[in-house]
Amino acid sequence: MSIGKYLILLITPFALVSCRNEMHDQPKAKSYRASAIFDDSLSMRPVVEGTVARGYLRADPLYDQGKMIDASGKSIDAATFPFPVTKTILDRGQERFNIYCSPCHGMTGEGDGMVVRRGFRPPPSYHMDRLRTATPGHFFDVISNGFGTMPDYAMQLSPADRWAVVAYVKALQVSQHATVAEIPPPIRSELDAPKTATAAPSKPE
Amino acid sequence: MSQIFHRSTNTLARVTIFGALFIVVGSLFAINEFTRSDYITHAFVAREQPVQFSHKHHVGDVGLDCRYCHTSVEKSASAGIPPTRICMNCHTQIWKDSPYLEPVRASYRTGKPIHWTRVHHLPDFVYFNHSIHVAKGVGCSTCHGRVDQMPLMMQVNSLQMEWCLDCHRNPERALRPKNEIFNTTWTAPSDQEERGKRLAKEYNIQARAVLESCSTCHR
Ligand code: HEC
Ligand code: HEC
Ligand code: HEC
Ligand code: HEC
Ligand code: HEC
Ligand code: HEC
Repeated sequence: MSIGKYLILLITPFALVSCRNEMHDQPKAKSYRASAIFDDSLSMRPVVEGTVARGYLRADPLYDQGKMIDASGKSIDAATFPFPVTKTILDRGQERFNIYCSPCHGMTGEGDGMVVRRGFRPPPSYHMDRLRTATPGHFFDVISNGFGTMPDYAMQLSPADRWAVVAYVKALQVSQHATVAEIPPPIRSELDAPKTATAAPSKPE
Repeated sequence: MSQIFHRSTNTLARVTIFGALFIVVGSLFAINEFTRSDYITHAFVAREQPVQFSHKHHVGDVGLDCRYCHTSVEKSASAGIPPTRICMNCHTQIWKDSPYLEPVRASYRTGKPIHWTRVHHLPDFVYFNHSIHVAKGVGCSTCHGRVDQMPLMMQVNSLQMEWCLDCHRNPERALRPKNEIFNTTWTAPSDQEERGKRLAKEYNIQARAVLESCSTCHR
């Protein structure tokens, strides 16, 4: 056999292997794939300034920005929610709060989250008087634009989710100052009931 | 003239025939095992990353929810890799002078994204979608394992078609209640079979024929 034949024998397997990879790595743009065409290597091109995606027009002052107009015509933080707060909204708010806020503010809003215990600047407790009397619009504004050293969460939370989180924070504030008389009777009895029934360790199986 | 072969070679011949069979079956078996091995699928290989980012610290110790960083996992096909800004939510103050985090700070200063090394990577002819799995009760740890114990991210399943189908033919074994999806320590309770059937009805899991159909994953 001549050298040429040996070469062909040697190259063919590699050619077959590369066939397989053509279909594995097709030359198309997918998430996380760097682009070979553009200098900044981003496949997704930056949109033209001022572009608004469908469903992302944030123009309602109350719903999208948490603002309202006061008597003198000034724009201030809204004092109300743009929609009635229901249990579903509170549950959604609790879930989102625990994901995005509790790392710093703690599960109960005392400002003692895990990240704070590792050295992050402690945020104020939600249960101080100034924040207890703060309007829903103020909380909405803090989430949308950040506050001092606190980053904003506008990217992670849609306006609907922000309102849900605000509703849950307001509920947290009430919960920390509730009196026994404010607890509905059917649940109040649970407070007095002896704990042993539920707290006892389950029997080994 | 005496015989060329001694009588005993009869046995040898028989053994050889059997041996050939053994070698053929044996190598088929070996190939079969090899194509599924971790060597081929890259399972359990921890990848070096530009930043020593540890899920063990952030998820296991600090207790962050997956969604704090992988923000799109409930809404879209891809789970989302966090932009540098999300790291800087905390690292403007925590470990802010550590050399480990210099690539993160450099990326924040220059606006150039960090180039993470991909760990999970399906071929381009496969369609995968996170949101449907999360919405229908399949938890992260079923596919990604105990990430809260991984100092460096690695794959713990083969991601081969066989693996996908194994679950698509019988998803009841993996289904969890909605509030357990992001819990990395979830294990199936002893009555999972019964619970799984109930959850499958509740989540309206589609027929096996749909989940097995080629065009579900190759579209
Ligand atoms: C990375 C840690 C961190 C996270 C996560 C975080 N915060 Fe904060 N937050 C802070 C710090 C620090 C302050 C104090 C800022 C200052 O005074 O400079 C603060 C302050 C606040 C305040 C008080 C503003 C005032 O008027 O004093 C509110 C309200 C608040 N955060 C709401 C939230 C909500 C809602 C979330 C979840 C969407 C959240 N925070 C997530 C760190 C955090
Ligand atoms: C503090 C932010 C953060 C949190 C919280 C987090 N991750 Fe990650 N995750 C990352 C980063 C950054 C990467 C890319 C670097 C790497 O692969 O280690 C990543 C990568 C991954 C990958 C591999 C991606 C690939 O390349 O294939 C998986 C799987 C993953 N994360 C799952 C999870 C799960 C499950 C949780 C929740 C239990 C979680 N992550 C929580 C930041 C985070
Ligand atoms: C919610 C806050 C938070 C976010 C977001 C966060 N980290 Fe951290 N990170 C921490 C804390 C707290 C520690 C210290 C861990 C410890 O002490 O156990 C840490 C430690 C680290 C370390 C030091 C080595 C180690 O693992 O202990 C690196 C590197 C690191 N983070 C990278 C990142 C990257 C990259 C991101 C973005 C994908 C990120 N972090 C996002 C809170 C955060
Ligand atoms: C049914 C199995 C399955 C479940 C459940 C699952 N993943 Fe994945 N994950 C995959 C596969 C397969 C890939 C590779 C996708 C690819 O290559 O296109 C992947 C990739 C990833 C990546 C890399 C980025 C990407 O989107 O390709 C991250 C991050 C990730 N998963 C996080 C999570 C988190 C967080 C959860 C839980 C909410 C989760 N995954 C649940 C199978 C799963
Ligand atoms: C642990 C179980 C499990 C594994 C592993 C798994 N899936 Fe799924 N998959 C499901 C369930 C459950 C559904 C939801 C079915 C439904 O819509 O009712 C689903 C749905 C899907 C759908 C959407 C079907 C449709 O048209 O609505 C796709 C696509 C898909 N899976 C692809 C994959 C691929 C690709 C893999 C392997 C990389 C994979 N899955 C691995 C359980 C799994
Ligand atoms: C549940 C999702 C799923 C379904 C349904 C499915 N596949 Fe696949 N298929 C995959 C995945 C994932 C891979 C990639 C495997 C790998 O990377 O090793 C694959 C790979 C393949 C390959 C390429 C093998 C290679 O190594 O290049 C072929 C051919 C294929 N599938 C054919 C089919 C046919 C035919 C059907 C219908 C009978 C089907 N698949 C149904 C998920 C699926």
